[in-house]
Amino acid sequence: MGNPQRVSMSMPLLEVEGLTKHFPVTIALFPRRQIGWVKAVDGIDFAVSPGETLGVIGESGCGKTTTSKLILLQESPTSGAIRFDGEDIAGLAGPELMRYRREVQVVFQDPYSSLSPRMRVGEIIAEPLQIHTDLSRAAQQERVAEVLDLVGLRPEVAALFPHEFSGGQRQRIAIARALVTNTRLIVLDEPVSALDVSIRAQIMNQLEELQARLGVSYIFIGHDLASVAHISHRIAVMYLGQIVEMADSLELCEKPLHPYTQALFTAALPAHPDDKREKLTISGEVPSALSPPSGCGFHPRCPKAMSRCAVDAPERKEVAPGHSVACHLY
Amino acid sequence: MVSLSPQTSAAAAAIGRPPIAWFGQFRGLPLLPLAILVPFVLIAVFADYIAPYDPTEPVAGMKIFIPPAWMQSGDIRVLLGTDFQGRDVLSRLIFGARVSLIVGVMGTVVAGGIGTALGILAGYLGGWADQVIMRLTDAWLALPALVFAIFLATMVGPSMWNIIIILGLVYWTRYARVIRGEVLSLREREFVKLAEIAGASSTRVIRRHILPNVLNSAMVLASLTIGVVIIAEASLSFLGVGVPPPEPAWGSMLADGRSMLMVGAWWLTVLPGLCIMMVVLATQLLGDWLRIRLDPQLRNL
Amino acid sequence: MTRVLYYMEPLLEVTNLETHYVSFGGARVVKAVDEVSFTLNEGETLGIVGESGCGKTTTCLSIVGLLPPAARIVGGHIEFAGKDLAQLSQSEMRRVRGAQIAMILQDPMASLNPLFSIYTQVAEPAYYHRSIRGRSLRQRVRQLLDAVRIPSPAQRMREYPHQMSGGMRQRIVGAIALAGGPRLIVADEPTTNLDVTIQAQYLDLLKELQQETGVAVIFVTHNLGIVARMCDKLAVMYAGKIVEAGAVRDLFNSPQHPYTKGLLGSMPKLGSKEKLFAIPGQPPDLASLPSGCAFHPRCTEAMPRCSTEEPGEIRVGGEWRARCWRAEPQYGQSAKGLDVDAAVGS
Repeated sequence: MGNPQRVSMSMPLLEVEGLTKHFPVTIALFPRRQIGWVKAVDGIDFAVSPGETLGVIGESGCGKTTTSKLILLQESPTSGAIRFDGEDIAGLAGPELMRYRREVQVVFQDPYSSLSPRMRVGEIIAEPLQIHTDLSRAAQQERVAEVLDLVGLRPEVAALFPHEFSGGQRQRIAIARALVTNTRLIVLDEPVSALDVSIRAQIMNQLEELQARLGVSYIFIGHDLASVAHISHRIAVMYLGQIVEMADSLELCEKPLHPYTQALFTAALPAHPDDKREKLTISGEVPSALSPPSGCGFHPRCPKAMSRCAVDAPERKEVAPGHSVACHLY
Repeated sequence: MVSLSPQTSAAAAAIGRPPIAWFGQFRGLPLLPLAILVPFVLIAVFADYIAPYDPTEPVAGMKIFIPPAWMQSGDIRVLLGTDFQGRDVLSRLIFGARVSLIVGVMGTVVAGGIGTALGILAGYLGGWADQVIMRLTDAWLALPALVFAIFLATMVGPSMWNIIIILGLVYWTRYARVIRGEVLSLREREFVKLAEIAGASSTRVIRRHILPNVLNSAMVLASLTIGVVIIAEASLSFLGVGVPPPEPAWGSMLADGRSMLMVGAWWLTVLPGLCIMMVVLATQLLGDWLRIRLDPQLRNL
Repeated sequence: MTRVLYYMEPLLEVTNLETHYVSFGGARVVKAVDEVSFTLNEGETLGIVGESGCGKTTTCLSIVGLLPPAARIVGGHIEFAGKDLAQLSQSEMRRVRGAQIAMILQDPMASLNPLFSIYTQVAEPAYYHRSIRGRSLRQRVRQLLDAVRIPSPAQRMREYPHQMSGGMRQRIVGAIALAGGPRLIVADEPTTNLDVTIQAQYLDLLKELQQETGVAVIFVTHNLGIVARMCDKLAVMYAGKIVEAGAVRDLFNSPQHPYTKGLLGSMPKLGSKEKLFAIPGQPPDLASLPSGCAFHPRCTEAMPRCSTEEPGEIRVGGEWRARCWRAEPQYGQSAKGLDVDAAVGS
């Protein structure tokens, strides 16, 4: 079965253009002086179509968490736009804002702190319904049972408390909650990283099945290349607040173009002891976001850096259909 | 330390908890504190039926300063003796329990209510609300509690309810501080963020997510505060600004009895003092047990 | 390739180790480690793989003598360099720890003392266990920091843990581990919190250090990829027992135990959209294990026998053993025959 490439080519569901978020860094004295900026997200563009999974991969400091916060309206962008169904979400208020909140949800990494400990599972899942609809109690319970069934849990679990469930089951509950209001886009922030290996596969399969059935889109943020590549249709590779490469998942695995992407592949763990091991092409650590390198952010660690790279920051250009990369080599 | 998996640490936690031998638990309930408190509560509730005499009137046909029954010149009809007006000490202690417990509990409720509400607002809303409330708390804490209580009491005049409100106003600050701290960390927990992302209003988040999770701490704090409030009430009565006579209160019994020590009537101070001590001790132990029982470590399981 | 040293007998031999978590009064017993046996030779790397609650961390803590108060070794032997570690007292263990056996933990911030300088912390094992002093000590620390590829070691020595990144801290922890010149390093998920590229660098480093110093390593992890990269031997644990153990290639090529097969099948392979094999069900509660084979409720190949009789260790060949009735010769096990559709999507 696997991941059906049944992606709608119509208008993108979510579109991000030139999205930037700079955090001012101040000295906490009186008067507050600003000493610089942390360019958490520095001008990114991408789009997610209905029924599609966009994978976002990157290491610490790449900006993926901030990007998800911007999409979820937990932070407001310094510049740039996020459009949902063609409408800019920045100015949303009142019923429009509620509509956005109803259709865009999130599943976090830690299953042990995403569920309110003193609420029953049924109440937790029903909460978005209570906020957005005026369904009767009975209708709510019906819907809760529906989504519980979708994620493979029995309707009786609605009466229990979160602490009676294992990590994997809690994540299912979190997913159920994310789906309950006919959500169209779910941001999944490392949803399986905290789970046992055998449970990870269960949840990944479940997510794929739900997408095939409901046509919901995902933004799947992760750090494990193999998992992200498995579930995503397209992948965006982020480094220091920018998208350095974006391509179809399979295309990226066959032909990674950006040296950072290539480094991620060489750094990835093998699936078998005899798998060909390429020499690691990267050294050093991710530089501090407070003082990023000039020109291309990756050049100090890049094995193929040229003199130009320290001066000019490369623009992301399409070099093959659906495959774009931000690198002077191309 | 090495991080054990949730399963293993759950097993370890459930098994290796330190024995709370102090309380001699029976079916999970702390024996000692309850053995003291339950009788006192019952006595306070049924005072009208239990007390042998009217606590405000001298006992007919009895002398003043009769010592407790087991003493030499004691009388079995006045088990714990009579005071300087010939009133039955036992009856006064029984009715005094009512005052102490009511004031103690209600005062704590008022203090807890104000403090928790302010703590939640400060912690969740942050910004200027936080600043204002915290500065208020700081200023309030700077006031010497008892002096302030006395001041207020002399202003509004003593009566049971006034005392309750006054004590509530004096002791809310400890709640505000602690609850605010809890809310600050709760606010960052993912389930709260999820509620916000789902579009829940602040009121809703506070009501459904924040409040239930701070109740534990509030309860522990409350049980520890009852003792303090009871002693405060006793002190106020002792100083003459508590619940007014002739309503018996342990504190005023202490005050009255103080000058009687000279005459050798030790039971007029020792007995009320013992009662205060036992009740306060019991509430403190109860609070301690609650704290261990409601340990946040167990909350994650 | 690991350097095979000539050895007379194994460096570490664990036989039927039993570690239990006991409640006060003995009312509740959790068998965290149940009849665990394995051997490790000089310079070898053993991977212990399993999920939460399988007992891998407790096994390591038992070897190193750092069990929490509620846990106790109730049986078995841990033969190391001629001594049975299970029998040693705390003070005797202290002499072994640091000097002969070192441990690397998951969270470097928890392993490093924020109040002491890097120098102090790296020097400590060398100071106490090798009695190196003064200028030789400083040289040793420099050597160690060089060995773990810390740039400008002379300057870094004087810094404090909070001034370093996660990856660097983990290297410092590695340096501390090596400082006493141990023969065995027990590493419990040392790279779980590290970024992917940092993890790769760290693992490369570890491999090199192993080749240079000949130290043996026990790698505890839930990630089979790390095992594929780093280990010579593998022991798979489930519910406190080792369910399969042997050479890494053997287990990856034709795993005998269904749990091993399941773990291998659930790893997403780069560039493949093949549906993942998901082991159904949940890891068991150690306090109430199923009867017979602990894995049978989740096993796609379970037979009626599995729910009543607990399998012993079946020898598959050489050092390769599996705790599974299916491993018996009459079942003619070949490579991976996983029933993917039966278990998928549960």
